[in-house]
Amino acid sequence: MRECLYAMSYRNDPYDPKQVALLDPAALAEAVATAEVAFAAAANPDELTALRPAHLGDRAPASLARREIGALPPAAKADAGKRVNEARRSIESAYAARAQVLEREQAERMLVEERVDVTLPSDRRPVGARHPVSTLMEQITDFFVGMGYEVAEGPEVELEWTNFDALNILPDHPARGLMDTFHVAPEHSGMVLRTHTSPVQARTMLTRTPPIHVICPGRVYRTDELDATHAPVFHQVEGLVVDRGITMAHLRGTLDHFARAMFGPQARTRFRPHYFPFTEPSAEFDVWFPEHRKGAQWVEWGGCGMVNPRVLRACGIDPEVYSGFAFGMGIDRTVMFRHGVGDMRDLVEGDVRFARAFGYGA
Amino acid sequence: MRVSVSWLREYVDLPAHLTPADLEQSLVGLGLEVESVVDLAATVTGPLVVGEVREIEELTGFKKPIRFCRVDVGDANGTGELQEIVCGARNFAVGDRVVVILPGGVLPGDFAIGARRTYGRDSKGMICSVKELGLGDDHAGIIVLPDSSPAKPGDDARPVVGLDDVVVEVELTPDRGYQMSVRGIARELSHAFGVAFRDPGLASAPAGTEEPAYPVEVRDPVGCDRFAARMVRGVNPAAPSPAWMVQRLTTAGIRSLSLPVDITNYVMLELGQPMHAFDADRITGSLVVRRAVAGERLTTLDGVARTLVAEDMVICDAGLPNPDPAAGADAGVPISLAAVMGGESSEVVAETNNVLFEAAHWDPVMVGRTARRHRLFSAAAKRWERGVDPALPLVAVERAVRLLVEHGGGAAGAEILDIDHVSAPTPVVLPADLPSRRVGVAYSPDRVAALLTEVGCTVVTGPDRLAADPGAVGVDAGGAVSFLVTPPTWRPDLTDPADLVEEVVRLDGYDRVPAVLPVAPAGRGLTWQQRRQRAVARMLADQGYVEVLSAPFVSVELADQLGLPADDARRRAVRLANPLSEEEPALRTMLLGPLLGVLRRNLSRGQRDLALYEIGTVFHPRAAAGSPPAMGVEHRPSDAEFAAADAVLPEQPRHVAVVLAGEVEPGGWWGEGRPAGWADAVAAARSVLAAAGIPADRVAVRAVEHAPWHPGRCASLVVDGVAVGYAGELHPAVIAELELPRRTAAMELDLDAVPAAPVRQAPVLSSFPPALIDVALVVDVDVPVAEVQGALVAGAGALLESVRLFDVYVGAQLGAGRRSLAYQLIFRAPDRTLTVEEAVAARDAAVACAAERFGATLRGV
Repeated sequence: MRECLYAMSYRNDPYDPKQVALLDPAALAEAVATAEVAFAAAANPDELTALRPAHLGDRAPASLARREIGALPPAAKADAGKRVNEARRSIESAYAARAQVLEREQAERMLVEERVDVTLPSDRRPVGARHPVSTLMEQITDFFVGMGYEVAEGPEVELEWTNFDALNILPDHPARGLMDTFHVAPEHSGMVLRTHTSPVQARTMLTRTPPIHVICPGRVYRTDELDATHAPVFHQVEGLVVDRGITMAHLRGTLDHFARAMFGPQARTRFRPHYFPFTEPSAEFDVWFPEHRKGAQWVEWGGCGMVNPRVLRACGIDPEVYSGFAFGMGIDRTVMFRHGVGDMRDLVEGDVRFARAFGYGA
Repeated sequence: MRVSVSWLREYVDLPAHLTPADLEQSLVGLGLEVESVVDLAATVTGPLVVGEVREIEELTGFKKPIRFCRVDVGDANGTGELQEIVCGARNFAVGDRVVVILPGGVLPGDFAIGARRTYGRDSKGMICSVKELGLGDDHAGIIVLPDSSPAKPGDDARPVVGLDDVVVEVELTPDRGYQMSVRGIARELSHAFGVAFRDPGLASAPAGTEEPAYPVEVRDPVGCDRFAARMVRGVNPAAPSPAWMVQRLTTAGIRSLSLPVDITNYVMLELGQPMHAFDADRITGSLVVRRAVAGERLTTLDGVARTLVAEDMVICDAGLPNPDPAAGADAGVPISLAAVMGGESSEVVAETNNVLFEAAHWDPVMVGRTARRHRLFSAAAKRWERGVDPALPLVAVERAVRLLVEHGGGAAGAEILDIDHVSAPTPVVLPADLPSRRVGVAYSPDRVAALLTEVGCTVVTGPDRLAADPGAVGVDAGGAVSFLVTPPTWRPDLTDPADLVEEVVRLDGYDRVPAVLPVAPAGRGLTWQQRRQRAVARMLADQGYVEVLSAPFVSVELADQLGLPADDARRRAVRLANPLSEEEPALRTMLLGPLLGVLRRNLSRGQRDLALYEIGTVFHPRAAAGSPPAMGVEHRPSDAEFAAADAVLPEQPRHVAVVLAGEVEPGGWWGEGRPAGWADAVAAARSVLAAAGIPADRVAVRAVEHAPWHPGRCASLVVDGVAVGYAGELHPAVIAELELPRRTAAMELDLDAVPAAPVRQAPVLSSFPPALIDVALVVDVDVPVAEVQGALVAGAGALLESVRLFDVYVGAQLGAGRRSLAYQLIFRAPDRTLTVEEAVAARDAAVACAAERFGATLRGV
């Protein structure tokens, strides 16, 4: 201790040692203790930062003490330097420790303070929607494309020949008249708004050679006033298969497969004899729909049959070599019973509330 | 057609206990559309009894005359006292027997009967009409039992009025006329249940005699290939129709008129042969069957005076002079619109003594046209159109004559007229294995022959198959046998082998057809156009647009409302000959017309912020296209023929359109909403092209003036130099005219005009740091931003990675008519870090190009 005192007094005049108060161990300890108390009192990193000059700055006691070292006798310098550095390190580490605590506290406080109500509405962008008829049409199309069919399309203003004559709908058939079919003016223009998507089948047979596997989705027109169950504009999808050896069993198998894809594994079809000019034999088919809004039941779904050899002949396909089946159903009607739509007008009028209810998912 | 099971049972031995469900299923299985099967016994519950009216007290002082009746209902009311009932009908007298439902009974429609006070009296029950019992539509009065009825007061009234029966109502498919009769339905049921059928159509009937029953001349044997007639003289005009006949007619929905007329209707229902009863004394001369002369007039039984055309067939009274020489010699005057409806002048009336029954066979095409032309879809016309058995006339005449003689007295004339030009059915060659090959069920030749015989065909084993056939998948049934099949006279629909195939599978059962999944050849998936349409649709929905499928019918005035110039091609629209509404006779030439209508409808339903889209077809007629050439169906039209026909069709490109009104981004707790405007429409158009796979550098946006857009706020979207559509804000005049919200914006593109997406080449990505430099250029305000940017790109050279306009500034210090465009340019080299000097040099080159082209100056320099 004496050495120490001696060493500490060694500044300007080694022969006249003086006590340098700043280098006094007690004073250094005091400085450390004061700093520790001050740091502990800092409530946040900003306050702590504000304390730094007083305890670690150039005018801080530990810093001032360091300056005094140079005046000590060489023998005392090392000792005093060590003492000052220790004091300074203690203050630094007290500062760092406090800073870490305060920063952690502040980070935690920030997480609390920045809490928001995540249940606030987040609908910053308006919600769009696809029309359920479009969505279903694509879904049906995808099913058949998956089976290897191709999608055939045709004009909506159609030749009477493709819409009727080629399909064995003779000139005097009542459906051709103005009562049922929109005719392009003048009345005998030979053009109509197609009444079914079957003319696309005729066009396909005219332009392709078997084997033909096509699906024809599209818009069709009949002169029905718009009401809860009728619309002048609606949508159909028809399928056509022409190849060697095609049978009604193939038709049945295709529709059963399709029914299961659309209405679940329990779905199946039921054929009832019917008349269509373009198929012979012909049938209407019902589907067993387990998830019907009013309970599982048979629902009338569409028409089908073996392509009438007269149609094959008119389209340039030899009925002695090839046979085919065709089927068709209304998309709008399918949407109606599948989704429990009570009024056909909802499908036609374009009220955004209707389509939005279906979203735009596949 | 509504028919009772008891009537059917006269000709087919149906199982004794046949449930309505079994009946329905069997008919449906054979292709009859069953509207309803009603067990009448179950439709009225509780005491329904015969009553005899004993006293009638007329009540006055009410809006209509009311009767207070005391009715003897035997012991049915438990007391034997007279039942007091208030009744509004007047078609009965004291002593009449009526049908009474007592308190506790329930009529169809869940109409419970109780004792109640009405018109100031206590009424305990109700006297019933046909309609109230659900037996028909006749509500003119209550049921009064005929004198011939043996029913006593207190008897259960159900059997008396036919409420112990089952009534089946069927709709018929258009090719099977024979099903439109008791005869036809009974035949089908015999197939369904495998039971005996006694064909009333094959009943024996005397043949025509040398002497005609009445002089008749058929001048057009094509329109009328058979005409049979016979007279019954001395009929008691007062003779009523028997109750059972009236009841069966009532069930079928036919009102009883007079005995001779009722008989013709009855025979029509039973056999399917429409008939006519003439009052022989009201015809003055011989009958002439001929085509009408255009302009001839006839008042039909429904009281309508009709003007005929040359195709209509008429039956004429040659005793009446026809002043028109065009009608031919002794043409007479029409007294009946043949096959469709009789005329007033010769119909049976209350005094008729001598009845001439006529049963003919008419050309179905002629009848169909006449019925449609005159809008006369009578029960007879419906049957003719679907085909009537030409072998029936003599059988029908015989049946009618017997019924009239039995119930109306009189004597059947000995002479029977039968003018017969009917040709026999044409035999059809049917390879015995064709049904198996078409259906996929192994039918033996014997089975095929048996089923066809069952429907009435004559089947003989014919020569070996005429045509080679490739054979069926998985089915081998019968080798090379073929049949010569002659259809029965009542099946004019059986003309092709395929028709016979249907009969085989129909009778054998559609439910026996197995399910076999065919294997399709490898497909090629969707076409690029189909994929593109889906991409566009999904993108628009994802961007907040709601899809609409509007009807394409528009008014002629729409073109004016949209302000289209007089010579605008979009004014030339396809017109419909028979639009649903005379106000909308044209097809859309652009999607926007109908789409704006949908926008308005949504606005009227309280929606304010709307973004709609539609993808659909528009129609542009071809100038001077003419008519398509006539093409037959016996063989394929030639490619040239079909191409010529197709060339007549309007152009029908597929368009996409959007309309926007209100806010395109909603306001909320985050701040204000953003109103939709022209820029959203342009953005939608750009997005469509992006979704279609067109690179942005092939798309140009140019300012244009194009109706119906605002001339200063309309852009054309140009791909590879070709305008494919327009976008912007609608013209204020259009907005006012169509009563749309201010600033309504819209876009419409011709998707078909957008080229296919190219196969894109990958960019080279540099990992060296970019140099970002901002420049603010001052240019005249009328220089389009797109062109300034184009100049910057052109001048900057290969080092320019991207350029983005981030601010537009207009201020006094720039000078009038000038604006400042602030761009951020990003430069980057693929192989090195750019030096400042390099980046600045590139920027200077970019600015120099803009300066050269548009006089742009750097702001603040």
